[in-house]
Amino acid sequence: MREVAVVSFAQARSVRRDILRNEVEILMPVVAEVVAASGLSRDRIGFTVSGSCDYLAGVPFSFVMALDGVGAWPPIEESHVEMDGAWAMAEAFTRLQHGDIDSALVFCFGKSSVGDLPDVLTLQLDPYLVAPLWPDSISVAALQARAMIDAGLTSEREMAEVAVRSRRDARQNPYAQLSGDFSVDALLAEPCISSPLRRHDCPPISDGAAAIVLAAGDVARGLCEKNGRTPAWIRGLDHRVDAQNLGVRDLTKCPSARIAAEKAGVSAAPIDVAEIYAPFTHQEILLRRELGLDSKTRINPSGGALAANPMMVAGLIRIGEAASRVHKGEARRALAHATAGPCLQQNLVCILEGE
Amino acid sequence: MSTQQGRPLPDPIKMVTIPSRLDYTITPGEAPTRFLRGILEGRILAERCPKCGKVYMPPRGSCATCAIPTKEQVELSAKGTVTTFCVVNLPFYGQAVEIPYVCASVVLDGADLPFFCLLAECPVEEVRPGMRVEAVWCEPSERKPSLENIRYMKPTGEPDATYESFKEHL
Repeated sequence: MREVAVVSFAQARSVRRDILRNEVEILMPVVAEVVAASGLSRDRIGFTVSGSCDYLAGVPFSFVMALDGVGAWPPIEESHVEMDGAWAMAEAFTRLQHGDIDSALVFCFGKSSVGDLPDVLTLQLDPYLVAPLWPDSISVAALQARAMIDAGLTSEREMAEVAVRSRRDARQNPYAQLSGDFSVDALLAEPCISSPLRRHDCPPISDGAAAIVLAAGDVARGLCEKNGRTPAWIRGLDHRVDAQNLGVRDLTKCPSARIAAEKAGVSAAPIDVAEIYAPFTHQEILLRRELGLDSKTRINPSGGALAANPMMVAGLIRIGEAASRVHKGEARRALAHATAGPCLQQNLVCILEGE
Repeated sequence: MSTQQGRPLPDPIKMVTIPSRLDYTITPGEAPTRFLRGILEGRILAERCPKCGKVYMPPRGSCATCAIPTKEQVELSAKGTVTTFCVVNLPFYGQAVEIPYVCASVVLDGADLPFFCLLAECPVEEVRPGMRVEAVWCEPSERKPSLENIRYMKPTGEPDATYESFKEHL
């Protein structure tokens, strides 16, 4: 395997609704920032790949429009995944394995506010038997939370504790949307919105964008040395998919996350920091178990997706946040996780290590 | 047809119709908003890249070459040159214009990017690259914040533009 590192990361501040700016206008400063922070000039970037979703924008081929913000003329080598930017990063990592180019730009954007997000996400479900019933994303997550509580794997109190910790940590994150001091008892006194989920168990609806630059081998070393950063080497990367139909899965387990963690080599050495993409509180509890993390690992110092959840972006933010800890020398070994689909159907695990 | 206890089975279902609808509230963004405000007054306000000088019409807020924001507005006349075109002879569902009609790519004078529009008041067999055209606007009372305020382009009768003058925009 060719060595590849995250050399820079940038993100937009997540907001509930960016009425003034379109996707290109949100994205452009983020891409400019990540390229400048990488130390590469734009024409030295060998490959560009984006992650976004036309269903969010309500516009076909919306990702083509986004190229207006990255300087795609004269023509560049470019690709797109209709998924979270974390999967775009997986493609860039694979592309860099060919050995003919040394760097890649990965960017993603999502305005979740344009449509009715819980309904938009319904269209991820089986189109014949499930989607026509229009179960929204919160109801579907509630099925999983209920299954976990019934199996004795979590409780409403433990879930509220996850929300309190996430929003307290988010106070230190200038890009987060939801932060503050809350008490578990006060949160539990709130009504359920989709039993057993309360508002605090669910992520905010967010508009945002993020980007990273990857570089290989000595190019990454040189760039990071110049910028006073430790390279965040991708030492393990794997993604797996569970069955789409919720009825054939045990929702209290997440085999795709467990296998991805095994294949990425999570257990080879202690993990200092983990950035887990758990949109709902109970999913963090489930993922901690499936990823094999114990209390020695600091979970989601950024506040995670409960503090900011721009669709198609929050997964790449997890990778960027984990990489930033390595860049600054705050973590030697970090885990980043991304998810997509209903009830953690798809999971990607990335291990980042310093020198 | 298989049978069950001597009774014929119903025909297998091969297709289902499942209505599905999503509603969106789309805002155009800063640069398109500036442009649409101009269009509302019958003005064409393109935007110039501060680095390479290219003029975008309609503006999307960025220069696609330099990847930097465009802010400087440039007012263009509603005259331009046909770069390429297509004659539509096929009827299709939802067609708004009587066939045959012409869709043309027109680069306005002073712009660096052609835009797509209808071309009318001209026999379809006479349309050609290099043809000089101008906008026919809707009545001021009918104006909306939309490029549809330009109902169509029509020939000006000026001599054709040389190929050299528009070949970069093909």
